[in-house]
This record gives sequence, structure tokens and C-alpha cells, in this order.
Amino acid sequence: MSDYLEKLDHVTDAADPTFGDTEIQNYTINFGPQHPAAHGVLRLVMELDGEIVERCDPHVGLLHRGTEKLIEYKTYMQALPYFDRLDYCSPLGMEHSYVLAVEKLLNLEVPLRAQYLRVFFAELTRICNHMLNLGSHVMDVGAMTPNLWLFEIREDCLNFFERASGARMHSAYFRPGGVHQDVPLKLLTDIAEWLDTRLPRLFEDAMSLVVDNRIFKQRNVDISVVSKEDALKWGFSGPMLRGSGIAWDIRKAQPYDVYDRMDFDIPVGTQYDCYDRFMVRVEEVRQSARIMKQCLNEMPEGPIASFDRKVVPPKRGEMKRSMEALIHHFKLYTEGFHVPAGEVYVATESPKGEFGVYLVSDGSNKPYRCKIRPTAFSHLQAMDFMMKGHMLADTTAVLGAMDIVFGECDR
Amino acid sequence: MAHSAPKIVNPEGIAEEIGALLGSMLVETVDHADELSFTVVREDLANAMVALRDMGHYQQLMEIAGVDYPERPDRFEVCYHLLSVTRNHRVRVKVSTDEDTPVPTVTHLWPVAGWLEREVFDMYGVVFEGNTDLRRILTDYGFKGHPQRKDFPLTGYVELRYSEEDKRVVYEPVKLAQDFRSFDFMSPWEGAQYVLPGDEKAAAAAAPAAAPPTASTPKATESKADTGAGDAANKKAEEKSADAPAKPAAATDEGKGAAKPEGKA
Repeated sequence: MSDYLEKLDHVTDAADPTFGDTEIQNYTINFGPQHPAAHGVLRLVMELDGEIVERCDPHVGLLHRGTEKLIEYKTYMQALPYFDRLDYCSPLGMEHSYVLAVEKLLNLEVPLRAQYLRVFFAELTRICNHMLNLGSHVMDVGAMTPNLWLFEIREDCLNFFERASGARMHSAYFRPGGVHQDVPLKLLTDIAEWLDTRLPRLFEDAMSLVVDNRIFKQRNVDISVVSKEDALKWGFSGPMLRGSGIAWDIRKAQPYDVYDRMDFDIPVGTQYDCYDRFMVRVEEVRQSARIMKQCLNEMPEGPIASFDRKVVPPKRGEMKRSMEALIHHFKLYTEGFHVPAGEVYVATESPKGEFGVYLVSDGSNKPYRCKIRPTAFSHLQAMDFMMKGHMLADTTAVLGAMDIVFGECDR
Repeated sequence: MAHSAPKIVNPEGIAEEIGALLGSMLVETVDHADELSFTVVREDLANAMVALRDMGHYQQLMEIAGVDYPERPDRFEVCYHLLSVTRNHRVRVKVSTDEDTPVPTVTHLWPVAGWLEREVFDMYGVVFEGNTDLRRILTDYGFKGHPQRKDFPLTGYVELRYSEEDKRVVYEPVKLAQDFRSFDFMSPWEGAQYVLPGDEKAAAAAAPAAAPPTASTPKATESKADTGAGDAANKKAEEKSADAPAKPAAATDEGKGAAKPEGKA
């Protein structure tokens, strides 16, 4: 062995690499578009130096369906279900922005019960979305069990959506002017019981496996630290912005529906890394449950949609007796309602961040332009900047902490 | 405020403040639905954005949206949505441009603008001067055209399928099994420009009653020459068949019917 080392000592020279030294070249790999940890159809072209990521170029648009163009050819009511299909993990969060934008252009007042119902189900959506994200994040970095437990909760949420709207995922439950239909009392009591018993038990059990887990921390702590300034510059929003220590939440700052009556806290990160982003979401689930309980306590009886018959169609029972109602129903389901000309940008706090709708109306029954501001688009753009100098295996942790869904990113 | 959309309070005198900040760069201020939009001179966009970010404290660029108005000379509008997390306020900054004139980039102010500008370029063909990475983003590799333009058809121009013969995906011109249907719900009482079937009669009735048209040739058949059947027929009619009884001369002037030979029946 000693003569081997002696030989190496004499021969190896940086200018003339021979045996012992290997010349390493950067090479480029393709991550995706079909990769289980890519959370959909993401193609990452990564330039690697060994295992260190030097450059990362996300290619998006593989799920582009032309939603914005399609909406321009649909009436305002027909355009609504497209929003379920944007971020298919949190459909009601998307609908919320859209119905609020239409109501803002119409300047339409929504009954209080409808506002409570919307906040209630938007928060249920947040829990549902975070169950998928937290679960897949821990699975991306190597743990299996918590994901299965969290999917139990998600399954419960989807069953509640089904009981409220008839559909498990694409609810199409919110309407300009209110919600589609009232919920039975039994559903509310069941959700109340679930919030008190099953949700905390399953959720805290699953989290107890993860949050103090040594391996989980090794994979997430100090991974892709984003400072406050960078988070603002890169257009971060939602848990990504709060994970960078900025206490910004549209539900608090620019309250919509009845969020101004709700009492909840905004968690923020302190180390600005992937672990913080994860923990912000964990705490948001608890805060969402808190908001839902307040909704249940305060929700008044009353109408669930506006009585403005030029916007909200009448119920079937009314149509059997009133000619006026029949005409309104016919007009609303063929022609739809006309929205006064103007333009609004309405952004709400969707589970993934600021989801905005820029709606331009020309006074007809179809939107002239409906620009959707997805959350993932800005976050994914920062991938190059967040990944620089990290190991290849950290990609999944960074992606998991971003909470990307391609239905929304690609539209 | 009746609606329940996010409540954004416009700070006192904000429009004037931003107006002073932008100075001569400002073209127009619109305050609609409690949202402020500032149209700025296209060439000064980057300077206006610097002023808004550094002096107006609008730290975040949330969105860049393109809008197409084909009837305008500068057909594209590019709308920048800014958010101030310290003042809790949003503003919209607009510039307009056409197909060829570039818009200054803001990527040096906000790196997030990179993809947002790429999207506007992809969808509308607006060029951003200074954006070093102006590739298509949402459409397919090798896509042609700018799909969000109003003159781009909803169905697009090409469709793709997997070809069993070529063993690969092939592009073909789009073939619709059924014509694309676009219903126009514009009410004729609220400014539709077209004439509904039957409405042209109403327009004619509204005009002063015109004199009845005068015919250049008499319509009545006063003599054999007026039958309109032509000279050859008239001559033939003059011929008398052999078995025809002699007729009084006055009877031949009663019209076409009388000119025919009666014995043929």
C-alpha cells in the first residue's frame, strides 16, 4: 500500500490528472416530466456538478389547457367550474376568488349565512389541501406512514364536500351571490364532531411522527433559506411568504366575506427554510379548524344566496308557482347575467398563497378577459434561485415545501 | 360597499400622491370599483416602477396581465399589479403597445417578472426589451401563434394525435366534426348592430310612403300585340283553322283566350 501511495504522491498533479484524479464534467439531467416527486408534470432541466445543483430550469406548461381562453367564450356561470380544475387539490379556494371578483363588478351583496358557509368550506378546503401537501412532502423526503394517516383526514374532507355539493373534488359549490344550496344541519354537526375528535387525533398523531423526527429535520432544516427581501422580490405569497418571516395573510390584511369576524393567528417562520414552510402549514391546519369552529358557533339562519333574481336563479319550488321565476331561470341558464363594464383584481388567500383573478368585463354576459394569477407560477420560478448549491436530493424537499399543483400553474 | 370582496382601504390622497410620484410619466388615472389604475408612458415604465417600488413602497409585483383590444391602435394592454405589504394597498399600472413595439422589462426590479413577461409574450406576442430569457412558457415546444389574441380561434389551428403508421405524435390541421358555435346574446334593445330577420320591414315602413312604382309598359292586354308571346305566336294566332267558324271581328279583341282556336278541345 505504501508504495502505491508514494507513487500517487509523485504522479498526481492538478495540471496533469492521471489515475486517482478523475475529470468531472457538469452534466445535465432531466427531472420529470413523469416523476412521482414532481407533483404533476414538471420538467426540471438541472445542471449538476457531482450532486450539487448548479442551475435548474423548470419547464412548465405541459398541463396547459387554455382555461383563460375558454372562459372568454363562456358565460360567467359556466366559467365557474373551470376554477375547480385549476388547483384540483383545493377547488373551493379557487372558486372563492372568482365569485368575489364577479360580485365586486356587480357590487352584489351576499347574505350573511352564505358568507359564513363560504368561509367555512374554504377553511375545510385549506385543511384538505394541507393534508395532501404535508403528506406528500414527508413522503418525498422518505417517510411513508404519516402520508397514509393524513389521507384518512383528506378522505373525510372529501366526503364532507360530497355531502355539501354532491361532488368529492370539483364541488362547484360557490356561486356569484352566495352558495349553490344550503347544507343539512346533520352535516354541520358531523363536521363539528369531526373537528373535535377525529381531526386532532389523526393529525396530531401523524405530526408527532414527523415534526421532531431526526431524519425529517436533516432533510429540511436549513434547506433553501429565503430571506424576507428575496421572498418579496420573487413574488412569494401564502405559506411561502410567511415561512420567510413576513406576517402577511390576505384573510387578515384585506378581509373578505366574514374573515373580519374570525379570531385566528398567523404563524410565521423564524429560520426561513423548508422546515419552517412545513411548520407554517401545520399550524395553519390548527388555525383553520379554529376558524371553522367559530363559523359553526356564529353561523346565522337565513338565505344562502342573494335574492337579486337578475343574478341568482330561483329555486325549483319557486319556479313551479311563479311565471316570473321561470323566466328568470330560463334567462339565467341560457343567456346568463350581464356584468357591468369594468375591471377588478381580486386576490384571496388560497391554501397555496395569493390566488388572484383579474376580470375585465365589457358589459356582456361573458368575461372579456379573465387572467388567473396562480400561486405556483411565481414560486416555481424561484426554483433556480432556491436550488442553487443544494444537493440533488433536496429538490424534492424544496418542491414539497412549495406546494405546487400543475393544474393551477399551467392553467 | 355592498360586496364582500377583499376590503382594501385607499389611503387618504393616494391617487394624488402617486400622481405626484409619477409626474410626467403618468397618462391617466382611473378609479373604478375602489381600485386605482395608472396608465403610464410606455418608454418610462421602468422608471415609474422604480418610483413606485422605492418611494411608493409597493414591494411586490404580483401579476402581469395582458389584455387584447383589437380595435385600438395600440391593441395590447399590459397590466402590472403591485402590492404593498407595509401599506396594505394594491395598485395597477398599465402600458399599451402594439405587435411590434417593445415594452421595457422590469426583471431588474423584480426577478419574478421574468416568467410573467414570458407568459405575456407567449400569449400575446408582446416583446419585452431587456428580458434576456424571452422564451415561450405555457404553450407546446415549437408552437406558432399567440393564443390569447382575440383573433386566434378558440380551437386553434393544429391538433395532434399519435400516428400508428409513423409511430410518433403528428400534428395536423384542426378538423371540427361540428362547426364551432358562438351564440350572441347581445340584446337588440341594448345596442346590437345587426338587423334581426323581419326588422328590415319596420325600417321601410318608417320611411315616408313612396309613390307606387310606375310601370314603363302597360300591364293590361288590350290587343293581340300586348300578349307578350312574341311576333311568331301572334302570327300563328292570326291563322285560322279550317273548321273554325267565322267570328265577329270584335270578339278577337277580348284577350288571349279569344285568340285561341276553339275547335281543338
